[in-house]
Amino acid sequence: MTVQNLIDEFSLEVLCCGDKAADKEVKGGYCGDLLSWVMSRANEGDCWLTVMGNVNSIGVAVLADVACILLTENSAFDDDAKLRAEQNGVIVLRSSENAFDLAVKIAEKL
Amino acid sequence: MSEVIKQHYIVDGTDFTRAGEASGKIKKTLKDIGFPPQAVRNTAIAVYEAEINLVIHAGGGEIDVEITPEYVKVVLTDHGPGIENVELAMQEGYSTAPDRIRALGFGAGMGLPNIKKYSDEMDIQTELGVGTVMTLKINA
Repeated sequence: MTVQNLIDEFSLEVLCCGDKAADKEVKGGYCGDLLSWVMSRANEGDCWLTVMGNVNSIGVAVLADVACILLTENSAFDDDAKLRAEQNGVIVLRSSENAFDLAVKIAEKL
Repeated sequence: MSEVIKQHYIVDGTDFTRAGEASGKIKKTLKDIGFPPQAVRNTAIAVYEAEINLVIHAGGGEIDVEITPEYVKVVLTDHGPGIENVELAMQEGYSTAPDRIRALGFGAGMGLPNIKKYSDEMDIQTELGVGTVMTLKINA
């Protein structure tokens, strides 16, 4: 499925770079908030579920080549992070649901 | 690609929001010249961790990169406090990062272990009160 399918299926809020969502394939998923942990374990094309909406999360998303960041439980997305995401073309989404509930639903669709 | 590419970066120790810029640029260079994807990813992760360490622990530093068709060599130099116990610092989960850094998602004690994991060669020369020089080599 594409990131756009993900947005439509789960009515996700689009915080950055939604215009890239139709072309971006979601191959899997990863949940985690410790950036070093995520960076070394998330796979290319994963939908990354996290509460970390800071500028360093964007750095990790770029280096790990994830398909998108999905901020869970309406977690904050600060201005520095938004700027960095725009510069790097990182798709950032948000949901009010927690990582567990979202992961279960996303896994069913993959 | 037959030439050796050399790059030099200065890592600002006061601006945490810019940490990751050097590793991002190195990654882009490697991608552009057609370095193998797995080696590009390994280099990016190792250098990002090292760059974050420069900001968290050393007040910044400098990064010298040498890229050849066979390998990429990265030398990170700082004039920070040095590493008191390298063996301990190499253990997963051991961290001396302050709480404000942990709140940003770092300080999990994965930095040096990750660098070792993703480098083919890693060397640390450190002296308390003087600084640290870390040399990494990742083969193509």
